[in-house]
Amino acid sequence: MIDALILTILMTSVPLILAATGELVVERSGVLNLGLEGMMLMGAVSAFALTYTSGSLLVGLLAGVISGCLTAAIFGFFVLGLATNQVATGLALTIFGTGLSGLIGSDFVGKAVTGLPILFPESFSNIPFIGVFFALDIIAYLSVLIVFIVWIFLFKTKYGLILRASGISHTSSHSLGYKVLTVRWCAVLFGGMMAGLAGAYLPLMLTPHWSEGMTSGRGWIALALVVFASWMPSRIIYGAVLFGAITIMQLAGQARGWTIPPQFLSSLPYIATIFVLVLISSRGSAKYLAPSDLTRPFIASK
Amino acid sequence: MNENKVSSNRNNQIKIKVCMIKKPLLLESRNITKSFGSFIANDQINFDIFEGEIHGLLGENGAGKSTFVKMVYGLLEPSEGAFFWNSKKISIKGPQEARNIGIGMVFQHFTLFPTLTVIENIQLALSEKISSPELRETIIKKSAEFGITVDPDIYVRDLSVGEQQRVEVLRCLLQNPKLLIMDEPTSVLTPQESEQLFRVLKKLSKTGCSILFISHKLREVKELTQRATILRRGCVIDTVASSEVSTEQLAKMMVGSDPQNVKPKSVVNSDDYLVRISGLNRPADNPFAAPLEDISLSVKAGQIIGVAGIAGNGQSELMEALTGEWRSTATVDVFNAFGTDIRNYSAHERRQLGIGFLPEERHGHSAVTNMKLTENTLLTHHNNPVIQKFAIVQNETLENLTDEIVHNFDVRTPFQNPLASSLSGGNLQKFVVGREIIKKPRVFFVAQPTWGVDIGATKFIRNALIDLANNGCGIIVISQDLEELFELSDEICVLFRGKLSESMPLKELDSEKIGMLMGGEFSPHFQRGQ
Amino acid sequence: MFYLVPRNEIPLSFRITIPIISVVLTIICGFFIFSVLGYEPDKALYHFFISPLSRVDKIADLFVKACPLMIIGTGLVLCFRANIWNIGAEGQLIMGAIFAGALALYFPNTQSIWLLPFMAILAFLGGAFWALIPALLKIKLRTNEILVTLMLTYVASLFLDWLVRGPWRSPTSFGFPLTAYYPDVGLISKIYFPGIGYISQLHWGVIMAILICLFCWFTMEKTIFGFQFKLIGDSPKALRFSGFNESNTTLSIFIISGGLAGLAGMIEVSANIGQLQPNISFGYGFTAIIVAFLARLNPAAVIISALLIALIEVGGDSAQIALAIPKVVTGVFKGILLFFLLAGETLTKYEIKYNFNLQSKTND
Repeated sequence: MIDALILTILMTSVPLILAATGELVVERSGVLNLGLEGMMLMGAVSAFALTYTSGSLLVGLLAGVISGCLTAAIFGFFVLGLATNQVATGLALTIFGTGLSGLIGSDFVGKAVTGLPILFPESFSNIPFIGVFFALDIIAYLSVLIVFIVWIFLFKTKYGLILRASGISHTSSHSLGYKVLTVRWCAVLFGGMMAGLAGAYLPLMLTPHWSEGMTSGRGWIALALVVFASWMPSRIIYGAVLFGAITIMQLAGQARGWTIPPQFLSSLPYIATIFVLVLISSRGSAKYLAPSDLTRPFIASK
Repeated sequence: MNENKVSSNRNNQIKIKVCMIKKPLLLESRNITKSFGSFIANDQINFDIFEGEIHGLLGENGAGKSTFVKMVYGLLEPSEGAFFWNSKKISIKGPQEARNIGIGMVFQHFTLFPTLTVIENIQLALSEKISSPELRETIIKKSAEFGITVDPDIYVRDLSVGEQQRVEVLRCLLQNPKLLIMDEPTSVLTPQESEQLFRVLKKLSKTGCSILFISHKLREVKELTQRATILRRGCVIDTVASSEVSTEQLAKMMVGSDPQNVKPKSVVNSDDYLVRISGLNRPADNPFAAPLEDISLSVKAGQIIGVAGIAGNGQSELMEALTGEWRSTATVDVFNAFGTDIRNYSAHERRQLGIGFLPEERHGHSAVTNMKLTENTLLTHHNNPVIQKFAIVQNETLENLTDEIVHNFDVRTPFQNPLASSLSGGNLQKFVVGREIIKKPRVFFVAQPTWGVDIGATKFIRNALIDLANNGCGIIVISQDLEELFELSDEICVLFRGKLSESMPLKELDSEKIGMLMGGEFSPHFQRGQ
Repeated sequence: MFYLVPRNEIPLSFRITIPIISVVLTIICGFFIFSVLGYEPDKALYHFFISPLSRVDKIADLFVKACPLMIIGTGLVLCFRANIWNIGAEGQLIMGAIFAGALALYFPNTQSIWLLPFMAILAFLGGAFWALIPALLKIKLRTNEILVTLMLTYVASLFLDWLVRGPWRSPTSFGFPLTAYYPDVGLISKIYFPGIGYISQLHWGVIMAILICLFCWFTMEKTIFGFQFKLIGDSPKALRFSGFNESNTTLSIFIISGGLAGLAGMIEVSANIGQLQPNISFGYGFTAIIVAFLARLNPAAVIISALLIALIEVGGDSAQIALAIPKVVTGVFKGILLFFLLAGETLTKYEIKYNFNLQSKTND
């Protein structure tokens, strides 16, 4: 029972880790992409549709990653190419992505696919206490690896330094000869791929079917996670597991016949998000940890 | 080059010429032209720099100096013309390429990243890959060589402005440049720090590195450079041997006419203080701010008090305390105006009492650039009953008042009531100064009244301030520009790390003494005359 | 490649042409989307954009649909002008409806004509209360309002869900999650046109919505309060320099926009539904964001832009009924429209220049 619960918590946190890590890189480069929800939904529907029609999970996952990336490219075109307001463009992307995914997915409602297999042999998961950590699929392990790689990239490589620099001051980066827009394009596309993968995880693993708007706010929670992590990759994992646990609490509550109305348990992740944001901002540090050129459009003079 | 300076007889001129022709050319600018739309920022720029030469580029704000050096550094692309490097035609595609051929640049507005460490900042400016420990070694070695000390692991935001500039210089030096461009480097330095910088630059030029030194300060150009090229409105006026011309001649070439002087300030007769401040403390409210400690400041009718100091020592915090944008009764002992305790008065209430104020930043503080001039007038005139009746803005009277300001203060506008952004820096500053003066304030607090403003507007604004004081207004001027403070003030005090020195009459001061004070050579309450 | 050059002057004609061109481009995109998805694009577009305009009663339905969009949209215009990103109007709408509903359900048998005005006041307070949470957090702790307002929307929606399934469920609802009907005095009546009678569902709330938009326009353009709202959006530093109180200005904008959203919720329920149910809004709070941008942040223009967005909504319904096109396609249209509008804003500020010379420097 406890093992099953922990397993669900871990699996719930996987899409949050993936989406938040992608967004962290985007924000570190100085761009705020509020369209996470839209990109995740596009990833989810493409992954499900392609898995269902081709029968191959690999094709489905790839489709999720690519469509997340393409959705992010729309965002990049407006925000980077045309210097539109990042907040409003992100909202537009969410509205657009929610609509288009619903349209594409309307033929796939009620259909089912088999999810990803568990990576390790089943006997591993019977090991007492730590067995549950061997009962996950490849994407779950990959997500932790990605966080690690992103950390190495951001803080141990020159390219990571350049990316952080363009988020701190794009004019300085530009004066030193770095191509701020190129850097931000790369970050935005990476963020889209991560969001697409996160989205793909939902219909392929978490709930093996597609339903309209199935992210139900996970994109927004991932955005809050980036703030919670104060733009440090490793902290995303704790945050995501914490949110995973809160989200799962309603299932546990129902299973044990708690008398608390389910609506209250369902609203816990959202209330927890607010609580976390308040906690972070009351420490006063969020403002100084955030990349200082976040949401400021860059226009180079010729 | 030193032998040129020793003697000053007529023959020397020939000697200089001969000496310079012998030196090989490093950089030549041939007919360099840059236009932005219909505006020509640089028109047929021709001059050259020898190897090992310190060359001055002199001109007013807006003369096109920065545009030119940005082209040398590859940040802008010339519309016409070409650069020659060691007599070979080159086209510089970007800063990285500029660095690779040996051009380094120290920007006027630093290109540092406050939340990165010194070593990370330096890494960003190096084209070749170099490991952190190795780089740390090199930094320490190089900084010892030139007498510039910086801690490589400190965050740049924790450095003073002068120290930040040292990081900028150091990171250019690490690339062993053949040409170092310095864009207005001394505007953020104390006179002593400037001297130190000049020593570094002279040492550098002895090693064979050429330096292009950009400034609008005549004395510096004469002191440091061998030759100087004067720019005016985007054109080269002349290239001269610096030691052969007087500062007056340089000034005339730079401005195009004899610069008029600021009118004399009359002697203060009054003995009653209009404003008295003592025991003003303000804790820092963020990691980038300077705390204010035990500040005392008073001004009499007709008096101008100058507050000198380098940016970042608490000027903006002090200004906010003066305007009422920040206020506290708990940490301020006395803040009286005309006998009233105004510690808790908002900006609005202070204005009602007859206090005018003007913060340093034109863009988004004292003016909103994407609003029209009328709306910018409304910014500080909204509590005037003629302008606002029952919360409804009276547009006609507002337009008339705006026209009056534009007319009286010689504000040149492209058409009636444009957006503030379409005015040049000088005209916008004349507008905001006029907007405050037209209210005939009894006390006026002003920060950096002529920052980034052309000479004509500068003189106009300084004269307007002196007129205001001569009519009995008490004025506090916070400025980094010592020349400005010497022209305007009756007394000067110095702000350093949030502490304010006692104010001293102008005649007891010279720039050396002020420089010492700006570098922190005072205890907060030192004895006058020590 | 292309690059941007700042403009000195904003061409006046752009005020009208940008929204029009955006709408036309969105329709062209719609044509392609329908073709790709295998629907007949001309028929689909007919049902979307022409059919809802074909009869007087259908036009009246547009006004009914636009009513909450106008009220919320005008509040959001104030927010966005002030650079405050309240994207949780949906939640504020729900809270307004709950507050008003509480009063109506508490007096099930009242005959007093005062019920409706008090419901309106309570609805305003309910919406304002829900907006006050992010407002205070923003002012006191600088907490980002985008995420807080959005999270509160989920909370409000679950709260309503609990109410109508739990304590407020009517015993006569046969187990459906519905409250009792409001008393008649708690309902908004339809407009009676002498000689014509009622036109579809056209009700007095629509008139009120139009008046609110005009009042907000006057406040924004002619009064010192409007100046404050614009100032805080352009430059909070200049607002403080000017002597206004930044916190109070922010607070009042949140209260007004939240309160208006709450009022919209009450009008929607009292005019169209008559009781509370789990879904009382069809994303009006989010759709109003597009309404505000389509109006180019002008409260008076909100009236027209709300009607246009209502056309897409109603058109979506009619296309679904006639051609079985999923209703979600309206979301696609709304997203695309917002993209074009935002791109249009860029054109007002910058000129786009082209550079096909690959030899010269890249453009960043």
